Amino acid sequence: MSVLPDRRRLGRWALNGAAGLAFLYILIPLIFVTWLSVYAQEIPSYPPEGYSLRWYGAGIANDRFLSAFWTSTQVGVIATLIGLVVALPAALALNRYKLFLGGAISNLLLMPLIVPGIVLGFALYVFQVETEIATGLPIIGSFWGIVFGHVLLVIPWTVRLILASLAGFDRTLEEAAQNLGADRLTTFRRVTVPSILPGIVAGCLFGFVSSFGNLEVSLFLVAPGQTTLPIAILQYLEWRIDPSVAAVSVMQIAVIAVALLVTDRFVKISRVV
Amino acid sequence: MARLELNALTKRYGDFHAARDVSLDVPEGEFLVLLGPSGCGKTTTLRMVAGFVEPTAGSISIGGTDVTRLPPWKRNTGLVFQNYALFPHMTVAENVAFGLEMRKLSKAETAEKVKGALDLVQLGHLADRYPRQMSGGQQQRVALARALVFRPDVLLLDEPLSNLDAKLRQEVRIEIRALQQRLGITAVMVTHDQEEALTMSDRLVVMSEGQVRQVGTQRELYETPASRFVAGFVGRSSFLEGELRDGRLVTQGGLALETPKPVHGKVTAALRPERIAVSAEPPAEGTNVFPGTVELVSYMGGLIDLHVRLSPSDVVVAQVTNQGGGTLPATGDRVYLSLGSPAVFPASDPHARGH
Repeated sequence: MSVLPDRRRLGRWALNGAAGLAFLYILIPLIFVTWLSVYAQEIPSYPPEGYSLRWYGAGIANDRFLSAFWTSTQVGVIATLIGLVVALPAALALNRYKLFLGGAISNLLLMPLIVPGIVLGFALYVFQVETEIATGLPIIGSFWGIVFGHVLLVIPWTVRLILASLAGFDRTLEEAAQNLGADRLTTFRRVTVPSILPGIVAGCLFGFVSSFGNLEVSLFLVAPGQTTLPIAILQYLEWRIDPSVAAVSVMQIAVIAVALLVTDRFVKISRVV
Repeated sequence: MARLELNALTKRYGDFHAARDVSLDVPEGEFLVLLGPSGCGKTTTLRMVAGFVEPTAGSISIGGTDVTRLPPWKRNTGLVFQNYALFPHMTVAENVAFGLEMRKLSKAETAEKVKGALDLVQLGHLADRYPRQMSGGQQQRVALARALVFRPDVLLLDEPLSNLDAKLRQEVRIEIRALQQRLGITAVMVTHDQEEALTMSDRLVVMSEGQVRQVGTQRELYETPASRFVAGFVGRSSFLEGELRDGRLVTQGGLALETPKPVHGKVTAALRPERIAVSAEPPAEGTNVFPGTVELVSYMGGLIDLHVRLSPSDVVVAQVTNQGGGTLPATGDRVYLSLGSPAVFPASDPHARGH
């Protein structure tokens, strides 16, 4: 270190400092939410009067939060699975064939990421109302109505990340498998899927997280009494602002963080994202 | 292990012929090498045999069975890829076992054969490694074991040595050849490296522009090249261009060469560098002796290349052995070259047959 000229040392300090500030900027909300969740008093005010874990207990004991958590989990898991079933063939086709309007299709699949959530939610609402009027099927406010809305949130992630994996996939591996006696399906199962697994897992994980945390789209699609976790939190905040909301948020963050870490342990998703 | 026959095999992409009328007969146990510059159709031909490219016309038969319309997985060929194409998510043993698994062998039999194949390439001790933990040469041998373990009818090698460094290439070259002979397996290899082609093959096929230009043993191709192209591609040649005048080939620079056979019109003479005798004094006898000036000396240890200018427009390369002791030829030296009798080809078309 000491052999570095002063200007280069200065540059290194500046770079490290900037990186540190950026990290802090990202982490501050998390830090504050976590801090708030262990306040002892009911009305958040500074300085805290003491610390307690009772809000975690209150959060878990709250039936609304609990049932909303299950709804969110079910919607997220099912929407992610459907999103994967749609995205995998789409990504394969986009990667392998020179499709007519291939670029346009690829962008269209990313649309839900670009269109503001509130617009997407409203559009879906109108679409479902019109469809219900036209067909007489009970769509509005149904569980499957929300799920199909959330599929749109999942697809951009799964398509993008599977495409990224496919871009790094050497197709001579497929030829090698076929040369060794594997038909197309066996080749896909034994060679292609394991090779792009990091992209599939990462896509599902991010898709699930974006469904799980979504508020704007869900707001338009839920039925009274049936809520997802973000909506339950919002509704709770309309009446009270005690730290149990913070505690629930921290638990939500923890669940997602653990999911990320555990998957990364088995599938190196850090190679894709 | 079987005879491989290609019958008027053609692959067309629009107007472009990637391969045109390729007919080859590879007897059981032969090592055939397809040699040619890139884009000559050798890889397309190999991929048609493996089943990855569907021929536009013609047929392929392996061991007397027509496989032209069979998918790759029903052909029983073992292909070694240029980049090895080992499955990165499988261990070495799993890679080698893949072909046996597809053939539904029992676990015990698979394990035994995998071990045998890995021992064959001296990698038995690395069975549990992953490909990324191995050197290029080791990966190459795993690829070879994987292609051989299920006893394919034909072993196909697509530039298998091009990713190895020079020293390793020599070793693996000998290893592959020894293995092929020991197993008595029919093999077809594609390469653009003529040294590789010369040292490994029983017979060579020289290709260009999608067509077979000449088929023969190394010696046949070297001694009696069919065209100017083959003379330039198999071994080295210096070319002198000229026109027939009074029964001799007269170059633009005014050299008049005796040719072994009467020739007509514009022709090209091909001279092998090592067949040109170099002397400081005019030799007592010899055909086509010309004086010249050494322009460039390229010292390669045992051999020395001399670029000698015979006239303002004619330069030939002569190769002499390094005898040691005496003085070496130097740039600017005056020397006499005995060219011997050259092979002569029509000048108009590099693929035209010689006289």
